[in-house]
Amino acid sequence: MPKLPATPQCHTELATKVLCGFLREESHRAGFQKAVLGLSGGIDSALVVELAARALGPENVLAVAMPYRTSNPISLELAQDSALHAGVALEVVDISTMADACIDQAGETDSLRRGNIMARARMITLYDRSARDNALVLGTSNKTELLLGYGTIHGDMASALNPVGDLYKSQIVALSRHLGVPKAIIDRPPSADLWSGQTDEEELGFTYDAVDALLVRLVDELWSRDQLIEAGFATDFVDGVRQRIRINQYKRRPPLIAKVANRTVNLDFRYARDWGT
Amino acid sequence: MKAALCQIRPKLGDLDANFKTHHDWIDRATEASADLVLFPELSLTGYFLRDLTQEVALELNDPRLEQLIARSADGGPSLVIGFVERASDHRTYNSALFAEDGKVLSVHRKVHLPDYGIFEEGRYFAAGESFDLIQSKHGNFGVMICEDAWHLIPAWLHYLQGVDALLIPFASPARGIDANTAELTSQRAWRTLVSAQSLFFQSWVLQCNRVGYEDGALFWGGSIAADPSGQTVIEAESDEEELLIVEVDPAATRRARDFAPLLRDAKPGLVRRQLARILDDRDALRP
Repeated sequence: MPKLPATPQCHTELATKVLCGFLREESHRAGFQKAVLGLSGGIDSALVVELAARALGPENVLAVAMPYRTSNPISLELAQDSALHAGVALEVVDISTMADACIDQAGETDSLRRGNIMARARMITLYDRSARDNALVLGTSNKTELLLGYGTIHGDMASALNPVGDLYKSQIVALSRHLGVPKAIIDRPPSADLWSGQTDEEELGFTYDAVDALLVRLVDELWSRDQLIEAGFATDFVDGVRQRIRINQYKRRPPLIAKVANRTVNLDFRYARDWGT
Repeated sequence: MKAALCQIRPKLGDLDANFKTHHDWIDRATEASADLVLFPELSLTGYFLRDLTQEVALELNDPRLEQLIARSADGGPSLVIGFVERASDHRTYNSALFAEDGKVLSVHRKVHLPDYGIFEEGRYFAAGESFDLIQSKHGNFGVMICEDAWHLIPAWLHYLQGVDALLIPFASPARGIDANTAELTSQRAWRTLVSAQSLFFQSWVLQCNRVGYEDGALFWGGSIAADPSGQTVIEAESDEEELLIVEVDPAATRRARDFAPLLRDAKPGLVRRQLARILDDRDALRP
């Protein structure tokens, strides 16, 4: 089997500096000193809480762990380890009642719908804490997830600032090691923990290392389909990932608005999100 | 001649705040006895303006601008200031004005407008049409704004016109991180560019970037000055606001050009003839 091209790495000190500067400056300019984020016990949120604590001061960061009754208990333990390591306060909010109310009202559902309800219950909780504490919600979706659409729109994808959205999963791992994220979190197979036994890589059908090696070349380096296949990526894999990126574009853009006027929001009414700050 | 590079953090779209910043930094540069003060690209407005461009555009006779220009009078330093220029026909330009002794000696309008990737300047600005030498009391200067410097030829045109120092106000966002180096790809590229231009055109090169984040993009500072032998003489320590003072010594230019009289051997006539032929050939190929 041909050796695949390397997965993307990143200079961890430089990345830390840039991402912490981002959190600090983009929060402060908008008038916020504090941040809030969901801690799932997974590596992405564990990394974001480290960055946030460094950028804003641990006293200004609130971590929220939001288990559901079928969540793996180890997720909460790892979330607690993560908060402890970063030196931030942790609020534990059991979302079972909230989510079950929606699930019961919905009648017959499937695991996807229930998973989305849970993800959105978490979003509701975080945005409520944001209003309560005058804190910005930090996103934890990495670049691999965003490109593949592996997230719930208006759920875990909802945030004000996302410091890790331009890092591939493999870079998240490298940076997490550098910042001392607990080893148990780094070593645990990534999982959305929305149903028992779920793991990302099983659900996706490929490993993060493989897809990151493909994505960095496809997206950042603009390799063509032919060049990628020649480099050793399987044709089905390349085509499958390209399609997946394309069909999930809607998750990455605001909703479409029918244009009738001279200047339409999102189309030709164009201002920086930092406008006025 | 002492030049001050003002690596500042402009506030996006806030003219009042930025005018104040400029006055404060001119004070600091004056205290440091600077003869020339260089600000970054679009220093009066910030960079990712989008539809704010027309709102922050200034006519040259704007009273606030005139107040700033007046700082170059009565023994004050010469100034290079970045702004959005509204011409009398309402075209808007990404411009840098050169003020000396209370007057505008020259306005350079950015010629090469990046309109790809993260950049949308072609959407919001009209393109400038020349690279004019500035004959200042402190020497001959040539201004290139950011992308202008990437086309190399503008520096050569200034060289032929008798430039002593190339002035590059720019606003470069961070791009490119890999495992092997603590430097951003964009920073490494610019360092190479400045070094190459100072070496090939045997001139001082003073390059001033801004700092701060806008919409998630980081302007990385790293302002740098190189002498006519291609050596970096000063470089910003960080991506924070910094005032850098450079001693621009004309003797260094003389030494470099005496050692290698490249200007004597340049062939602008050949370039003109060959370029004419290339353009004619292109025209001939057009259907």
